[in-house]
Amino acid sequence: MFAEYSSSELLSIFAMQGVAGLILFSVFVLMALGLAIIFGQMGVINMAHGEFMILGAYVTYLTSNVFSTYLPDFFSIYFILAMILAFITAGALGALVEWAMIRHLYHRPLDTLLATWGLSLILQQTYRTVFGPREVGVTLPDWLMGSYQLTETIELPINGLFVMCLALGISLAVALLMYRSRWGTQVRAVVQNRPMAGAVGINTGKVDRITFALGCGIAGVAGSAFTMIGSTGPTSGQLYIVDTFLVVVFGGASSLLGTIASAFSISQAQSTMEFFMSGSMSKVLTLLFVVLILMLRPQGLFTLKVRR
Amino acid sequence: MNMTMHSRWPANTARTWKKCLLALAASLAIGSAQAAEVNTTGLAVTDTTVKVGILHSVTGTMSISETGSVQAEKLAIEQINAMGGVLGRKIEFIQEDGASDWPTFAEKSKKLLVNDKVAAVFGCWTSASRKAVLPIFEQYNGMLYYPTFYEGLEQSPNVIYTGQEATQQIIAGIDWVTKTKGAKSFYLLGSDYIWPRTSNKIARKHIEKLGLSVVGEEYYPLGHTQFNSVINKIKLKKPDVIYAIVVGGSNVAFYKQLKAAGIDMTKEKPLVLTISVTEDEILGIGGENMVGAYAAMKYFQSLPNENNKKFVADFKAMWGKDIVIGDVTQAAYLGPWLWKAAVEKAGSFDIDKVRAASPGIELTTAPEGYVKVHPNHHLWSKTRIGHARTDGQYDVVFETKELIEPDPFPKGYQ
Repeated sequence: MFAEYSSSELLSIFAMQGVAGLILFSVFVLMALGLAIIFGQMGVINMAHGEFMILGAYVTYLTSNVFSTYLPDFFSIYFILAMILAFITAGALGALVEWAMIRHLYHRPLDTLLATWGLSLILQQTYRTVFGPREVGVTLPDWLMGSYQLTETIELPINGLFVMCLALGISLAVALLMYRSRWGTQVRAVVQNRPMAGAVGINTGKVDRITFALGCGIAGVAGSAFTMIGSTGPTSGQLYIVDTFLVVVFGGASSLLGTIASAFSISQAQSTMEFFMSGSMSKVLTLLFVVLILMLRPQGLFTLKVRR
Repeated sequence: MNMTMHSRWPANTARTWKKCLLALAASLAIGSAQAAEVNTTGLAVTDTTVKVGILHSVTGTMSISETGSVQAEKLAIEQINAMGGVLGRKIEFIQEDGASDWPTFAEKSKKLLVNDKVAAVFGCWTSASRKAVLPIFEQYNGMLYYPTFYEGLEQSPNVIYTGQEATQQIIAGIDWVTKTKGAKSFYLLGSDYIWPRTSNKIARKHIEKLGLSVVGEEYYPLGHTQFNSVINKIKLKKPDVIYAIVVGGSNVAFYKQLKAAGIDMTKEKPLVLTISVTEDEILGIGGENMVGAYAAMKYFQSLPNENNKKFVADFKAMWGKDIVIGDVTQAAYLGPWLWKAAVEKAGSFDIDKVRAASPGIELTTAPEGYVKVHPNHHLWSKTRIGHARTDGQYDVVFETKELIEPDPFPKGYQ
């Protein structure tokens, strides 16, 4: 299959494929990080995660409309503002949902599954009623379009680079929060031993609420970033939810490093195989690979070693 | 003791009763004989109304494409009712949601035919949904008006296909791009289900028949959103034409990522030719991401004939001035009119009589110009090539001179 290419062409094939794999990796990290925080740290299965992402996408759509109507001179910077707004909106909705519904269901994981599934249906219908059943187009600022010519044959799509930087930035921010801040210590304490954490004076309710809001906020930012590469419609969240859960469960629910490792392995496996065979077949093989590993190691790649 | 049974009624009351009953039966017989002519199979037809079904996805990944069909069918029904209805009866429609899920389509079609006993169903979009409902229409003898351009290889007595089949749409498009643009190599790409696969099979056969080459063929699941790998492969193979049959929400991801990868379709290196992106899909993709691509369809919203100008004006008056109208939407609009013409020619709502009356029916008021029903239940139509603009509309750059005869079972292509 490679006979007809020269070695420099082969090099650029692999380089571009590597870049495509890294972009896919960043997409998975963005999707999964928010869910990993919620599912991993709190044991809450949030089936509405995709809809929080789409909320971020719709906020971006609204921001782009407002800017193009009232502030056309500043259109190029609207995207950054849109992401910040997406984070705040999704986080606020997450906090509200946690206070109203999730906190009553902490000891009942199957009920949270059902309740968040219902929430996802409600949110989908809300989007359908407010924005219409068809998908909306989000106009991107010029600096995000096109690609950057690295060499004669290697081109890097700019929005792919943007997504990679965003994923890196958010992962670092979350890592810093979790392992270097006082709040992070509290979260880890609650995860490891909730009754004891409560006994030493940590307000477990408040910690839970902020954690859930943070997870949803990250989902909102991911959704905002995805307006560059995908569609924004009431049911678009469903396109992402399966892959997101796959990445989180495969990585080991309680470990953020596991999420990143599993995002990396799944994305690389999928994009490498996509190059050699058709898209559907590569998806089938990736899923088989995940199923086999989970059969041998059901707790996922990385787990929390805790004495219970 | 006398054991014979005596009538409870005195004799003359019994005779009066018998007369009344006889008169009643006679009037019913005469009345139902008149109604019986138009409806001998128990369809939902009264003296003033007739029920039809609308079966499309208004939720799910296909809603972006199917919403237009629902709007067109409702517009046609409203216009027909304003003209007096069909055989003097106003049309009432029952709408069901297929939810982009083929088993749901099958279930809802059974409900419409068996429970609601509708006289006709206007519905479906993907071939998968049509294949799912076909056995039900054939078992319960319903009539489906199917609006989407599709791969052919089907000819059911219970379906009227108002969209083009593959030879009309694909072959004309490939002939144009090879003659006018001198294309020699093609990369075939599609969503993974029956229509793109069968269409690409037909396209490949035709391309190879012309002596040209297919340098790649790829399929991705419906709803797939990451196309960077295949775009890389396309860049490396350097085909003259990307022949894209990506469907539904994946369209948005594909064209956005194509543009982000630096492929400028206006430069036509490679040229993008699609048969699955109408004005409806461009709403979600964004005109600036689609500009420069070519599409092969029988209808574009920008067609300059008088019928179309009136149709677009009526459509916008009903559904909003920012609405767009794609090929499938127009084909869906033809459905109720073709059904009305067939019913009036047959003088009856019976499916068998409507079927017998359909071949040869012509519509000179069709927005696409003129159509005629072929005995194989497809339509004679012209094919056009459109060039996408930044505002989301197409410039029509080519139109076949003659109407193309539909040929769902082309020899040598299976």
